Amino acid sequence: MIPEFEKFKGFKAKNLPKEEPLSSGHRGCQGCGEVLALRMVMKALGKDVIVCNATGCMEIITSPYPHTAWKVPWIHIAFENAASVASGVESARKVLARKGKIPKKHIDILAVGGDGATGDIGLQFISGAFERGHDFLYVCLDNEAYMNTGVQRSGCTPYGAMTTTSPPGKKSFGQVTWKKNVPAIAVAHNIPYVATASPAYFLDLMNKVKKAALVKGPAYVHIYAPCPTGWGSAGERSIEIARLAVETKVFPLYEVIEGRYIMSRKITKPKPVTEYFKGQRRFRHLDEEHIEYIQRRVDAEYEKLLRLAEMG
Amino acid sequence: MSKRVGIEVSIAIAEAVGLARAEVIPAYPITPQTHIVEHLSEMVANGELDAEFVPVESEHAAMSCCCGSIAAGARTFTSTSSQGLALMSEILYIPSTMRLPIVMVVANRAMSAPISIWNDHQDVMVQRDTGWIQTFAENGQEAVDLTLHAFRVAEDRNVSLPMMVNIDGFTLSHVIEPIELPDQEEVDKFLPPFKPRYKLDPRRPITMGPVGIPEVYTEAKVAHDMAMKKAKRYILKAWDEFAEIFGRKYNPVESYRTEDAEILLVTMGSISETAMTAVDAMRDAGQKVGLLRIRLWRPFPGQEFRKAVGKAKVLAVVDRCLPPGALCGPVGAELRSLFYKIPGSPKIFSFVAGLGGRDVTVERFEEIVDKARAFAKKRPRELYEVIGVREK
Repeated sequence: MIPEFEKFKGFKAKNLPKEEPLSSGHRGCQGCGEVLALRMVMKALGKDVIVCNATGCMEIITSPYPHTAWKVPWIHIAFENAASVASGVESARKVLARKGKIPKKHIDILAVGGDGATGDIGLQFISGAFERGHDFLYVCLDNEAYMNTGVQRSGCTPYGAMTTTSPPGKKSFGQVTWKKNVPAIAVAHNIPYVATASPAYFLDLMNKVKKAALVKGPAYVHIYAPCPTGWGSAGERSIEIARLAVETKVFPLYEVIEGRYIMSRKITKPKPVTEYFKGQRRFRHLDEEHIEYIQRRVDAEYEKLLRLAEMG
Repeated sequence: MSKRVGIEVSIAIAEAVGLARAEVIPAYPITPQTHIVEHLSEMVANGELDAEFVPVESEHAAMSCCCGSIAAGARTFTSTSSQGLALMSEILYIPSTMRLPIVMVVANRAMSAPISIWNDHQDVMVQRDTGWIQTFAENGQEAVDLTLHAFRVAEDRNVSLPMMVNIDGFTLSHVIEPIELPDQEEVDKFLPPFKPRYKLDPRRPITMGPVGIPEVYTEAKVAHDMAMKKAKRYILKAWDEFAEIFGRKYNPVESYRTEDAEILLVTMGSISETAMTAVDAMRDAGQKVGLLRIRLWRPFPGQEFRKAVGKAKVLAVVDRCLPPGALCGPVGAELRSLFYKIPGSPKIFSFVAGLGGRDVTVERFEEIVDKARAFAKKRPRELYEVIGVREK
C-alpha cells in the first residue's frame, strides 16, 4: 500500500475545504461540467499548488487578461505540453529546495488539460513525464471532443457520437472509432496511481485527486466532464448525465494503485446505454444496430475491467 | 585564475554552463549539439554541477520544460540544432513574450531535405523572429564567453528575455581549440544568482501566460519589441563588464582592416576567420578590402553597423541561408533595409554560400569580392548570387 495514504482520512461532506483556489466569475458556459470538476480538483488540492494548464476551455475561461480566476500560481504555455512544463517546475523546485533557495515544504504540481491535450496532441509529453518519474499529478478533464475550437472529434470521442468532424451522414454514423483508453496508457507506464472520476461523485473525485497529489511520483486522474455546449444537452442536466455515464457502465470509476485495479463503484444493476444517450444531441442519430453494438461493447469493456480488478 | 586549455568547444561550452551554475538542463540529443549536453549530464552525474538534468523525450518537450523551470525560478539552459530547433519553434515565441530568460546554445546545422547534419544558418534564420536575443560566435573562446554573457544579459531584470548563442555545428562544436576557461570566482563576480522579478510561488500567486484579447495583444507584443530594443544597452554593458573581469572585449559588430576599405565583406559566425585570411591576402595584393562581422543579430545593432561601414562604397554580404523565392538572404535583406534611401549609403550585394557544410574558402571570398566590385560597375541581373554551385 502507499504509505502517504495512511494519514489521509478522506474528504467527507462535513470536512469539505472552504477554500476556492479557482474562484467564480470565470467565463465558463452555463452548466459546464468541466469547470465544476476543476473546481473540485482545486478544492481537494488547496493553496499549496502550482498549476500548469494546457491550452483549452479551462485556460481560456479563467485567464482573459487582465482578469484571472486563479488564486494559486498558474502557468499556461501551450496546448500539448502541460506535462513538460510541470516537469520543469518540479525539477526547478527540487534543485532550488536542495540549494536552500526555497522552503523545503512540499508543493503539489498539477498539470491539467482536456482530452485532446491529453490523449491526442499531448500523449508523448505525458508519456515522457510519467516515464521520467516526476512528482506531479496530471488531471485530464475529458469532455470527449475539441470543445474550445468548436466540437471537433478527438481520440476520446465515444463511438457513434456526432461532432463537427465526425458528422453523421449518408455514409457515416458519426465517430467510427471506440474511445481511446487513456487511463490504460497511463497504467502502462507503471506509475503508482491512476484513477477515473466523475463530478457526479464529487467526494470520490476529490479523494482521488488528493491521493494522486499525496503519492510520490507521477499520478494520473481521468475525469469525465459533461459539456452541454458540445453535447447538445441541457445545462442543468450535466451532473445527471455524469451519473448516468457511471450507472450505465459507459464511464466506470476505478483506481489503479501500484498496478492493481480497484473498482470504486461496482454497477450491479446497470441501466441501458439508451438512458445515457437520452437528451444528448450528439447521440440522437444512432440507429438500433449501432446502439446494440455500443451496449455489447460497453458490457464487454466493463467485464474486462472487472477481471482486472479480480486479479487484484 | 583562469586557465588556458586545449579543449573541444562543446566541452568548453558545457564547462561554461557549469561555471554559470545552471540549475535545470532539459535536453534532447541531436547532432551536432550532443557533446554539450553529454558533458553536462556527466558533470551532474559526477556531482560537479548541482543541477537537474532532465532527459526529455523531444526538443519540443525540452523547451516546454525550460519554460516551467525558468518560471519556477531556476537558472535554465538547453541546447539544440536544426530539426530540433524547428521542433521547438512553436514554443520559442512563448518564453520571449513572457519574458522568461532561458539560455540556449544552438549548434547551427542545415535543415532537411535533403537531410544534412552539416553546418549553415538556415535553422536559426527560421527562428529569427521568435523574439530571442541572438548572438553568433566566431571561435571557441567566443562560444564560451558568449554563453556566460547570455546568462548575464538574459537574467538582467532590465532585459528579462531568452537568449540564443549560435555556434557553427562541427566547425566550432567539434573542434579542439586553446580556450581560456575562467575560474569560478571570476564567473561568480560577473554573474550574480538568478533572482527573477516574478516566479511561480504559492506564497505569492500570479497568473502567467494568460489569454491576450485583442485589446491587449498588440500592447504585449509592443512591450516585447520595446524590451528587445532596450536590451541592446544592457548587452553592451555586460560586454564592458566582461572585458573588465576577463580582459576580452566584444562588440556587436567587429571590424577587420576596414580603414580606407572600399569593399567590405559582411559575415556571421565561424567563416569570418577564413574571411579575415582572405582579407589579408587581398590587402597584400593591394586591394582595399575589409571585413565586418555581425556578432549581435537580434536586436540588430543598426547604429553600430552603420558606423562600422564608414565610407565604404560596397558591401558584399554573405548569407549562409537560402530562403527559396525570397529577394535575398536574411542578412542581405536586413542590411538593404538598414540603408534604404540613406544618402551616400553603400551598394549592397547579397551572396549565399556555405550551405549544408559546403566550405567557404579563401578563394571563394576573393571571388565574392571580385563579383561585388564588378556589380558596383554593372548592376547584376539578380538580387543575390549563390556562390560555389557545381555546374556538373
